[in-house]
Amino acid sequence: MPREVSEQEVRAVLEAERAENIRGALPLDRRQMLRGAVWGGAAAAAAALARGAAVAQTAPAEGTGNLPPNTPEWMTQQGAPILSPPYGLPSEFEKDVVRQPTDLTATATASWSFTPLQDLHGIITPNGLFFERHHGGVPAIDPEQHRLMVHGMVERPVIFTMNDLMRFPAVSRIHFLECSGNSLTEYVNPEPSVQTTHGLVSCCEWTGVPLATILQEAGVESGAAWVLAEGADAAAMTRSIPLSKAFDDALLAYSQNGERLRPEQGYPLRLLLPGYEGNMSIKWLRRLEVGPEPWYTREETSKYTDLMPDGSARKFTFAMEAKSVITHPAGGGKPLGGPGFHEISGLAWSGYGRISRVDVTTDGGRNWRTAELDQPVLAKCLTRFRLPWQWNGEPALLASRAIDESGYVQPTREQLLAVRGQNSVYHYNAIQTWRLAESGEVSNAAV
Amino acid sequence: MPPFEPRRTALIAALSLCLAIPAGAQESRFGFGEPANPEQIAGWDIDARTPGVGLPEGSGSVADGREVYVQVCMACHGEEGQGPMDRLVGGVGTLDTDKPAKTVGSYWPYAATLFDYIHRAMPFDRPQSLTPDEVYAATAFVLYMNELVPEDAVMNAETLPKVEMRNRDGFYGPDPRPDVHNWPCMRNCEPLSPEVGEVEVPTQSEIQ
Ligand code: HEC
Repeated sequence: MPREVSEQEVRAVLEAERAENIRGALPLDRRQMLRGAVWGGAAAAAAALARGAAVAQTAPAEGTGNLPPNTPEWMTQQGAPILSPPYGLPSEFEKDVVRQPTDLTATATASWSFTPLQDLHGIITPNGLFFERHHGGVPAIDPEQHRLMVHGMVERPVIFTMNDLMRFPAVSRIHFLECSGNSLTEYVNPEPSVQTTHGLVSCCEWTGVPLATILQEAGVESGAAWVLAEGADAAAMTRSIPLSKAFDDALLAYSQNGERLRPEQGYPLRLLLPGYEGNMSIKWLRRLEVGPEPWYTREETSKYTDLMPDGSARKFTFAMEAKSVITHPAGGGKPLGGPGFHEISGLAWSGYGRISRVDVTTDGGRNWRTAELDQPVLAKCLTRFRLPWQWNGEPALLASRAIDESGYVQPTREQLLAVRGQNSVYHYNAIQTWRLAESGEVSNAAV
Repeated sequence: MPPFEPRRTALIAALSLCLAIPAGAQESRFGFGEPANPEQIAGWDIDARTPGVGLPEGSGSVADGREVYVQVCMACHGEEGQGPMDRLVGGVGTLDTDKPAKTVGSYWPYAATLFDYIHRAMPFDRPQSLTPDEVYAATAFVLYMNELVPEDAVMNAETLPKVEMRNRDGFYGPDPRPDVHNWPCMRNCEPLSPEVGEVEVPTQSEIQ
């Protein structure tokens, strides 16, 4: 699939062409491809993209001449100059590492896309691969014209500009964000790849102002217990947040992984409620109203409530319980090359604090070994686990089981379904089993 | 199992809330931002809190609502509220079956939420384009389609909160989790059995 040509890329090409001294340094194909996308119309763009793709595909085959004992061709000429492009992009050989859309929604604006967990390393999700969940698309907000209004049961109703908010003392913290609908397919209709089973979790370093600072600035009146957070998107996405959480560790974030928020993540301002279901961390935040009771908006009644087998439903199930998944080897990832040494690795997280242990089985749960945890192990943050393994080449069932510092043990699918049934949609956190075939192919054992 | 430390902390935080906030502590303020005036607040304060706090002036009848619905909503929600976009009608009696249909009629606990949501987010292609009267009317018609109000009903800030929704008592809290318990057996354990029966795939409106 041709990938989107970003504005930065186009700008980069224009700049590169203008600068006489670097003309020719950027591969011609790439220039034409980008120019085509801007001026050449759809057909030219498609043709140019196809050329680009062909180059990328044939390169490795031609590349045999670059192997020992030959001198690789990229050592025999200058590489691309600085600022190609000014905003750096992944290698062209990684162009398939992209988010993938769901096929379950009727529109592409009230929808979601998944992070490619099978292709990622460590615990930080690159900003361009952070999962998406929007209820009315991604608004294009001019930060100069964005305001945060704080009102309701406060002594001083106040309006902040982005500049105002960025003057407050800030903090940076690393936290995961998980959609409460992550793994929803596993209740009823298991998906083949880890990207679509577990790709609605991502993790960033967030920077912003503690919400407590802002609420103290406005002065919360006694009798208040909840705060309504509202987004400036077409859904005016709205959730009621308990003030206890607001004063605990909630952030008004304007940055992720060092740069300002991406539009998909709420640029210029979002709420971040560490450990809570993702949709409550309202993006494009424009309004906070303090009140005595929850609002019972559509997103906390019709949606994001957990239907139980007897027809009753749980409301306000905020925190994401401990969960883990093996991301290598995993469904949707590269097949294992053959018997011998392989490192099993994956991610674990809990909305209730730190991960204290992850166990891994390779025999379908009969025997377990405790995995190594990469440092740092942070509260409400992804934790990377690793386990060395000698694969004998026979079919195997691989799974991981997380335990968090509260002592909670990630349940099996059977245990979870026995209590929650299969209509719950949200908060699926059961152990994920991958089936490794003799061929090295990996599939979802629940399929 | 050890006690749930984080949950206890949250509870303590909730209980000690009034103590934790230094009411009117001038010294701790930075003074950034501008006071929000009543006119600015009125323009942005679009929500209606259950049971109906903040519902605006205005009203709309089922008959007016039928017109709004046909003109503005029907293309996406269908003649009888059956879709193709989110289903708005029916599903009564299905919540405890293996094909639950969660709609305004079967699942929504409060009528004010319907006004609030249509007002902020519908019509999907032109949100916040309807007047309060039109939103009251559309709300009345959706309730009428679900046989929750009679054909001569008029919805306004007085009448809407009094509409009794079928699933009003269907929701419970506080959060009862952890509700599923596992034991971290290490050797000669009961094997995992990931496959659990064949079931039908839910429809899109059930999933979202
Ligand atoms: C362009 C298509 C479109 C139009 C027009 C439209 N809707 Fe919607 N409606 C949607 C979509 C899509 C959703 C689901 C949005 C989501 O999941 O976040 C929805 C959701 C809803 C819901 C929530 C259903 C539930 O159970 O959660 C209600 C109520 C609703 N619409 C009412 C209306 C009314 C009343 C109108 C006319 C004033 C209207 N809609 C016009 C597309 C539309």
